[in-house]
Amino acid sequence: MPRIEADFQAARRARRNATLLWGGVLLVCIYVAALVSEASPAAILAGLPRIGEYFWRTLPTFRWEVFFANWETEGSFASWMYRADKWAWLIFETAQMALLATLGGTLVALLLCFPAARNMAPNAWVYHLARRFLEVCRTVPEIVFALIFVWAFGIGPLAGILAIAIHTIGANGKLFAEVVENAEPGPVEGIRAAGGNWFHRARFGILPQVAPNFLSYALLRFEVNVRGASVIGFVGAGGIGQELYQVIAFNYYEEISAIVVLIILAVALIDVVSEKLRMGLNAAAGGKG
Amino acid sequence: MLELQGLTRRFGSVTAVNDVRLSIPDGQMVGVIGRSGAGKSTLLRMINRLTEPSEGRILHDGQDITALRGSALRRWRTDCAMIFQQFNLVQRLDVLTNVLVGRLNHRPGVMGTLTSLLCLFTAEERALAIQALDRFDLADTALQRADTLSGGQQQRVAICRALMQEPKFILADEPIASLDPRNARTVMEALRQVNREDGITVLTNLHHLDTARHYCDRIVAMQAGRVMFDGPPAALTGEKVREIYGVSEDEFDEQAEEAVKPKAQRAPKAGLAIA
Repeated sequence: MPRIEADFQAARRARRNATLLWGGVLLVCIYVAALVSEASPAAILAGLPRIGEYFWRTLPTFRWEVFFANWETEGSFASWMYRADKWAWLIFETAQMALLATLGGTLVALLLCFPAARNMAPNAWVYHLARRFLEVCRTVPEIVFALIFVWAFGIGPLAGILAIAIHTIGANGKLFAEVVENAEPGPVEGIRAAGGNWFHRARFGILPQVAPNFLSYALLRFEVNVRGASVIGFVGAGGIGQELYQVIAFNYYEEISAIVVLIILAVALIDVVSEKLRMGLNAAAGGKG
Repeated sequence: MLELQGLTRRFGSVTAVNDVRLSIPDGQMVGVIGRSGAGKSTLLRMINRLTEPSEGRILHDGQDITALRGSALRRWRTDCAMIFQQFNLVQRLDVLTNVLVGRLNHRPGVMGTLTSLLCLFTAEERALAIQALDRFDLADTALQRADTLSGGQQQRVAICRALMQEPKFILADEPIASLDPRNARTVMEALRQVNREDGITVLTNLHHLDTARHYCDRIVAMQAGRVMFDGPPAALTGEKVREIYGVSEDEFDEQAEEAVKPKAQRAPKAGLAIA
């Protein structure tokens, strides 16, 4: 018995030493990272009140006795949201941008995910080409593509749609390819043994297995893209972002809060609906054999 | 006439199939028996080139099968339909579409592929599929999803899919190893019916000697990649089994049963989702 106790103590000591060692390494890493990125606690402390100050300024000043008055009355809710119709339209436009970009990007991803999956790629060349292409689509930030497209197609939603679509190709293409790689090989072999060609194997062997997952990822990407589309207007690529950028640039403080509130409401609504849909899909996918 | 000439397959340092020479006349029902790892599966999968031979040739009516590529190879695969232990149906598609998969290579050209990708099969093709299903009492299940069927039903759907290919051969790789005895019987009877009525040559891997004796015209016994016996069922006596495998017939069946079981475990997974 004493021997077991001694072993236990030794094991615990070893574990504690390892924890201390790796904890120390982690701390050093954090310190170096903070030093390089100039993220000092003093800078954060100095800046914090200014964040609060900015927020404070954007808050609308309501006069409660005229809260429900019309938009021409200073201090009413309606006057805070005096351009709500235009903003709502812009947010709707933003959502449509996200929708188009998600649809277009996902369609291309659907085509590229098969050559980018190890179990479906016809040869190593095609596989690496598809993988690298998806990587480029994914790693170049949307805003960079947006800048290029604004330059090429002019200011407006088209540039934003294209930029987000390209990012969607990269992100969904990779996720789809991984789903394809996890598909059961049996049905694919069944199609191959029946004399089916590559397209038949993808369509009948793989697609029915992975379709619910694909849809779920596409919906998730739509949520992400709505957020992306709200910001991409900052570089002139259409949607609510363009308006938001202007009111920020011109220091129209109350408008800033009004627009942000509307965006939050819209994004939350889309998230809730899309999450419901995805849960339904996952339940359907989970029920398969 | 299908001829295998010195067919060999090596996986690294392991020789799975070693210099197999067989000639199989049209219309025969051949049972291939042997322990797990004896090379039965590899042998079958080399015939439709799902596995490439390392050495040797396959000839069909004088045509060199081992040299086929591209669409000619796909045509050959259509000519020798395969039945799998795990059925290999597309679980989430309906039974009818699963059977129509057998027609894929009968739809030539870009338009043929394009319309099949959109599941645009013709009314005649659907009628043909339903006829095939009806032959095995499965017509009622045509619009159900494949994963709602029992294992025995799924395997018979797989046979329907095979028949839709209008094959000259059926290669059945342990077709009943994942089935209970009753379903196993219906599937074996379906295979024999296809062999007798349609004149399709059937090559089937089996792990039960009795099943092989009962249904097959000819038995090929393999051990460590080599053919150790090739003859009519009556010639495969208990003595012969002991000579080849060093165990009695009962022991052989038991060992073979054990060997296919771990694989068979995967089948109930599909089955459980039905319940």
